[in-house]
Amino acid sequence: MSVKIKEYAGTPLREEDLKQGKVLLVDYWPKANYIWSAGTAIGRYLAELKNGRIVGRQCNKCGRIVVPPRMFCESCFRPNDRWVILKDTGVINTFSLSHITADATRIKEPLIPAVIQIDGTTDAGILHLVGETDPEDVRFGMKVQALWKPPKERTGSITDIKYFRPIGR
Amino acid sequence: MTIRVAVIGVGMTQLRSVTPDLSYKEIMFEAAVKAYNDAGVDPRKDVQSFVCSSEDFWEGTSIFDEYVPDQIGGSLKPVCTISGDGLYSLATAYMQISSGLVDVAAVEAHSKASEMVSIRNIMSLALDPIYVRPLTADPYFVAGLEMARYLHDSGNTREQCAKVVEKNRRNALRNPYAAYPSKTTAQEVSKSEVVCYPLGKMDISEPADGAAVVVLASEKSAKEFCGDPVWLVGLGWCSDTPCLEAREWGDAVYAKIAAEKAFKMAENARPKDVDLLEIDDSFSYKELQHLEAMGFCKKGEAGALTEKGGTAPDGEIPVNASGGSLGMGYTFEMAGLQRLCEMVLQLRGQAGEHQVKNVRTGLVQCWRGIPTASGAAMILASEGS
Amino acid sequence: MITKKRVAVVGAGMTKFMRRAQETGKELAYEAARMALDSCGLGIEDIECVTMGSAPDAFDGVHMKGEYLIDGAGAWRKPYMRNYVGGGTGVFAPIHGWQHIASGLFDTCLVVCEEKMSSCRPHPQAAFLTIFDNLTERPLGPNLVWIFALEMHRYMHVHKIPKEKIAVVSVKNKRNAMDHPCAQLAQKITVDDVLNSEILAWPVQRLDISPTSDGAAAIVLASEDVARKITDSPVWIDGVGWNLDTAYWTNRDLYYPQYVENAARMAYEMAGIKNPREEIDFAEPYDPFDYKELHHMEGLMLCKKGEAPNLAWEGVTQRDGKLPICPSGGLLGVGNPIAAAGLMKICELFWQLRREAGKRQVPGDPRTAVAQAWGDLMQVGTVVVMRA
Repeated sequence: MSVKIKEYAGTPLREEDLKQGKVLLVDYWPKANYIWSAGTAIGRYLAELKNGRIVGRQCNKCGRIVVPPRMFCESCFRPNDRWVILKDTGVINTFSLSHITADATRIKEPLIPAVIQIDGTTDAGILHLVGETDPEDVRFGMKVQALWKPPKERTGSITDIKYFRPIGR
Repeated sequence: MTIRVAVIGVGMTQLRSVTPDLSYKEIMFEAAVKAYNDAGVDPRKDVQSFVCSSEDFWEGTSIFDEYVPDQIGGSLKPVCTISGDGLYSLATAYMQISSGLVDVAAVEAHSKASEMVSIRNIMSLALDPIYVRPLTADPYFVAGLEMARYLHDSGNTREQCAKVVEKNRRNALRNPYAAYPSKTTAQEVSKSEVVCYPLGKMDISEPADGAAVVVLASEKSAKEFCGDPVWLVGLGWCSDTPCLEAREWGDAVYAKIAAEKAFKMAENARPKDVDLLEIDDSFSYKELQHLEAMGFCKKGEAGALTEKGGTAPDGEIPVNASGGSLGMGYTFEMAGLQRLCEMVLQLRGQAGEHQVKNVRTGLVQCWRGIPTASGAAMILASEGS
Repeated sequence: MITKKRVAVVGAGMTKFMRRAQETGKELAYEAARMALDSCGLGIEDIECVTMGSAPDAFDGVHMKGEYLIDGAGAWRKPYMRNYVGGGTGVFAPIHGWQHIASGLFDTCLVVCEEKMSSCRPHPQAAFLTIFDNLTERPLGPNLVWIFALEMHRYMHVHKIPKEKIAVVSVKNKRNAMDHPCAQLAQKITVDDVLNSEILAWPVQRLDISPTSDGAAAIVLASEDVARKITDSPVWIDGVGWNLDTAYWTNRDLYYPQYVENAARMAYEMAGIKNPREEIDFAEPYDPFDYKELHHMEGLMLCKKGEAPNLAWEGVTQRDGKLPICPSGGLLGVGNPIAAAGLMKICELFWQLRREAGKRQVPGDPRTAVAQAWGDLMQVGTVVVMRA
């Protein structure tokens, strides 16, 4: 290979080449819209978020309590057994200080995404944001609590929780 | 010495036009539970590989394989996804077993077609972005063009295509899994609203939701778990050109080659050795085109054969006794696997009201839909045939 | 375990990796496939089946893009399938190809991996939003870098790893890549350069990661009898393994990739490797981010948990070190067209084990090597062991 072959295929283009029309382009905006069925498990999860509660499920065989809820235990491969109303407090398992948004736009004040292990579960965490804290002060193992949007503003979404904030402030 | 591979379990949910009460995970779980129960296996202990079928844009999620393992018992196990019909995943699982790498494998496919707001918009995304999409035509034009060319070349008629719809939707009346059983008449079909002439609205199978899981095993393991293995004796798959401009529009060459390979592998079996077919009828004319391409009748004869009842459940070449996609519902990447589940039930004599007599060898076939010219074919045989 | 037929890699090819290529996805696939065939003197008529690996359709904006790429991949009127396990695809594709031949159904197989991420505008990053859970995560507007940052931070926290010991991987790989003719990101940087680079999502900084790329790679596989007729030095695929963890990634401790270990065990068992640390001569683990090389070294059981950063810091993983890691320059140095990048690592093993890697050649007499890819929501490990 390497030693024998001199030329490798591939013609680089720069952003400017596109802007200056050096190559022809076809623009296309996909219209890909979906209406997803939340189903039994997430359906209840979202409905309870609207009520200001976090719910999980428990498998009696292995005893694990998990969130986000599912109707089956993936470890035992059996339907799990009961709904568990959980506290809205938890502990930070890991976090980041993000200076970029979903489409790579830069922001000055970092967003603080984190995996928050919800109290009462078997180390089950959910993805959410941490707020009302100086980025410098966030710690592994920090105790946090959900700040809920006012009931009228809740829509049955994970964003019904605005963010998690440190407890004891 | 080749390792023989058998189907030892199948599980399918009832196909429905919408499933607003259940998420895709939940319907997959249902199919998986049924299949593992049928096979008598515990996926956490006995199943060594899981192969799933999906395409991101049908689901609305990229890297969809992320979301499959849990509900089929594959968490922290060898799981992979094939972007193709369930029969392609089945072929992959077959190869994994036949190579000696694993003994028992599960294959999964599902459809949540009801969750796509506009199937046409998604289908358009599969068209060539430079040469075809700018024409902004309804993507069903591809089927319209093919139907026109096929009817021209073969001499079959629109009315004969309509007979396929009549047959399959009526067959579905006896299939509890079917989503669209009805006493349709060929006349109603011929008169239905034109979508892209000669394709009419009722020539197109309606989408349905559902999930299917199939468990395969090597001969050694099959004997351990199962009293009624169904053997996979031949497989073939083939892709013709994706370029519409370069295509043979009248002939389903992919089906011809796939079937040839499957027949060759099945100890040089021939069409006359097959007792039942479950083949793609996602569009009415496709059933005729595939019959001819795979050598079950000469070019131009499939229409007449259908008209005189030759492909009815009690005919000389029963085709789509399940109701096919026209009667059961079109399930995108699950289509081939759904037909395979049906065939396994038939070969075991477990097809209830729609059981066809004396089925010992069956052929299952799929086509990947607009705008592809790709498909797979498999030959299955019951124990002792 | 009975594996009937031994399978070898007999040819390999790849295109340059670049941020934005003029070539279409079909053309990239064709160039790589053509080069792979030429490298072993075969024509497309000698190929019995083709398997394609390519990651999200969302970048190309082509649904069922496996179908779209058929002609570029040489699969016209052949048995053709597309396999897909996210980022793990580049190393799963050769496993899929191996299955085609080991099953006894085929004697030759062309494996092609292609990625054209630049089609997605204004930036391919945005397409990654769709990999998150549609109902419980997407409404939060996550960026792909978040999950890397969360995993990296957890890894650093559990093992108390200072950033410098991770940054040194980026320095090594970008420098290794200066000897790779297809490299997009080859450059001489220092640990300080990495530590001073723009913070994206702490602890991830710009020089810790490989950006998006276009590119393709291809290999030709053959069964033992056929391989020996094609070349005097086939490179054997002696071990394959793959493993996918639960989708519920927030229910797992991310400090260790258990699924990589499981995949590695599967591959090592098949290859008869009992002590990977001793028996593996060099490795190409997946390195889209610098910490991932270390994370995966541990998952591949090439060192103890938490030990990898020290090995990197001490120079053990340099090309002339005791355990060369990513002599190609990896994704950090060559580029990251997702699936093609994984297959590039297989190509590297092929060239290294045949002593054809030129300036990148690992010294000594390397006989056994392992390549690994990773992807999804920190879920999939795909591993291949190759031997000269």
